[in-house]
Amino acid sequence: MSTRTLPLLFINLGGEMLYILDQRLRAQNIPADKAKKVMNDIITTMFNKKFLEELFKPQELYSKKALRTVFDRLAHASIMRLNQASMDKLYDLMTMAFKYQVLLCPRPKDILLVSFNHMDAIKDFVKDTPSILSQVDETYQQLIEMYTPLSNGEFQLIRQTLLIFFQDMHIRVSIFLKDKVQNSNGRFVLPTNGPVPRGTQIPGLIRIFSCSGEELTRLQFNNGGNYSSALREGSFEMFGNRITKLGTNMYSVSRPVETHMSGTSKSSAQHTKVNSAPNPLAKEELNLLARLMGGLEVQKPGSTDTGFRVNLFATDEEEEEALISRPNELSYGVISIQATKVINSSVHTNYFCREESVQYYILQHILWQPKNILSAIK
Amino acid sequence: MFHKEKSIQLKNSASALYNNLSVLRIAPRRLTYFTVVHANVVNMVSTSWDGLNYSHRQLQSKEPNVATSTSLIMQAAFCALPSRDLLVVSSQKGIQMYESDGSIMVYWHALDTPEAPTAHAVFARGISAVSDNYICVGVSSGAVLVFDIPSKGSNITLSEVLEEHKEAITDIASECSGSQECLANLVTADDGGNMCVWKSGEEFQLLNKIPGLDITCSSVKLWKGTVLAGYGTGQIRLYEAVTGILHAEVNAHARWIYSLDIAPFSGLLLSAAEDSFVRVWHLAITPETNSVEIAHLHNECVTDTQICGAKFCDGDGYAFAVTGYDLSEIIRYVQS
Repeated sequence: MSTRTLPLLFINLGGEMLYILDQRLRAQNIPADKAKKVMNDIITTMFNKKFLEELFKPQELYSKKALRTVFDRLAHASIMRLNQASMDKLYDLMTMAFKYQVLLCPRPKDILLVSFNHMDAIKDFVKDTPSILSQVDETYQQLIEMYTPLSNGEFQLIRQTLLIFFQDMHIRVSIFLKDKVQNSNGRFVLPTNGPVPRGTQIPGLIRIFSCSGEELTRLQFNNGGNYSSALREGSFEMFGNRITKLGTNMYSVSRPVETHMSGTSKSSAQHTKVNSAPNPLAKEELNLLARLMGGLEVQKPGSTDTGFRVNLFATDEEEEEALISRPNELSYGVISIQATKVINSSVHTNYFCREESVQYYILQHILWQPKNILSAIK
Repeated sequence: MFHKEKSIQLKNSASALYNNLSVLRIAPRRLTYFTVVHANVVNMVSTSWDGLNYSHRQLQSKEPNVATSTSLIMQAAFCALPSRDLLVVSSQKGIQMYESDGSIMVYWHALDTPEAPTAHAVFARGISAVSDNYICVGVSSGAVLVFDIPSKGSNITLSEVLEEHKEAITDIASECSGSQECLANLVTADDGGNMCVWKSGEEFQLLNKIPGLDITCSSVKLWKGTVLAGYGTGQIRLYEAVTGILHAEVNAHARWIYSLDIAPFSGLLLSAAEDSFVRVWHLAITPETNSVEIAHLHNECVTDTQICGAKFCDGDGYAFAVTGYDLSEIIRYVQS
């Protein structure tokens, strides 16, 4: 649908990821200098110039698998390590948070304000590092340039595209359950009270006009909700009060990050079935990965001096248990790839799978061959 | 006034698209068909009137000859013409027309898609039967494609392209098929809220343009010469089609309206929005005296759901059905 959705998806998911990692780094008492290095490394990679260039090109949204692979790589852009279970949980939290924000946006263009909230927080994370700060500022400019001229109808198309991406995801998140913004069935609470969006009137008035334009009658009706007037307009510029709280950091050290795996429904299985249809963009997705990995020094996981592991769960046992008990329908099927050498633009020859030639064969086949192969990837 | 009836389960959930529910009543066979779009699939359910039999079918948006690409569907709608009923599916790649039970595809029209994606998305959206033998489908460029439909067979041809809109078409509506004679029988609406009023024929005639205020008109209906329009601001407006005179303005919803429907025999109007509400209104229009009355009758709140489709199941408005984003069921309401 909309060919301008990917940058917003990436930046907002990235922002959520940083909020969660920041919280975990504090909760696990990782030394401040290491924690800062992790945040700086990830943000530098996120805003890599070549990578963003690729991202901002008009294109269809990537598949869930491809996007998950991008974030997998991003999370490992530094000395921090995450086990499979923790990475799964991190991604669950990121996606459910942004789904919530997209759903709750009063107007479609408020998604841009949500994006600015994330950008503002990212800027704050790197405020002491001028080089990264300038990358972030440049990205603000790109966002403003690309999105502020769009009409409301075009923003709604972006929103509808995002909602298709998030369709059928109902993972329960502790912090949402506690705040009563999510029900126990995983669906978000959509309040029928509160301020109406800017540009909308509180429902309840019927006006009848004569042919010459004068008002003949006024009638009131009961709107069934409890609405109030719109709040003032948020800032769509580099600085300013965004007004909306959506997209701001909802985690603090004391609030744990938890998800509940139970309650997978038939619909999530069907959703993966729909998703396994052939993706003609697989080649472009791998191009993006190439750019991302191109801007990245692969950190060796072995070194115990600088490297450390972050756990998204309370204990190691919990993490292990989560990996074993994760329902099949919710596995992301990450493509495991390791870049060895970037030759030229023909992407498919550059990657040699860590796993054997079987996976490489499958990888090649994503690009050229029918749909059945994709579903073989787990 | 209305109470909830047993829901119809769907094979997958509804996507957040405008006017995402279409209903076709087949009286001779005592059946009703429903269609709901999920990403690149159309879910069809056929229900018997006694409520005992349900059958499901899924149509994929697949263009012939291009086996590897997928395409998201923007809308699926039944078009009831005097001689035949067709199911029209509009997507990013083109327009498919099926027999109304979804069994056979009778026509495929490919959109001009550029080789590399451009900043402006390409898709078809807005579907309506017009008069006795036309089906109109809107395009993201603002063009409206007019297809000439023979009374049977697959010899469907593109008869005209109407180029008045500059923004993506959102919805199309018509009235007066068969024996009725109307001055205007087609209205087309776009992303900027602009509407065009037409008279069908071998060459469609533009009768009037109603300018928008940069507020998307997401759903539109035509009844007794009056345009009923639902907007992104949650307002419903009633305009006299050929003159563009604003007869009524309703602050109807707290969020973007996704669907409007009219029950032509009773004048009941249905509106549904992202605010979780479906509202029923009564319209009284007397074209001779130019008087329009609209009264609010009923609210239904579908808790925690952004509604994307709402349609009456019959011409009197005795029952209506509703779909919502992420919901895998069609909720039904019947008059008490």
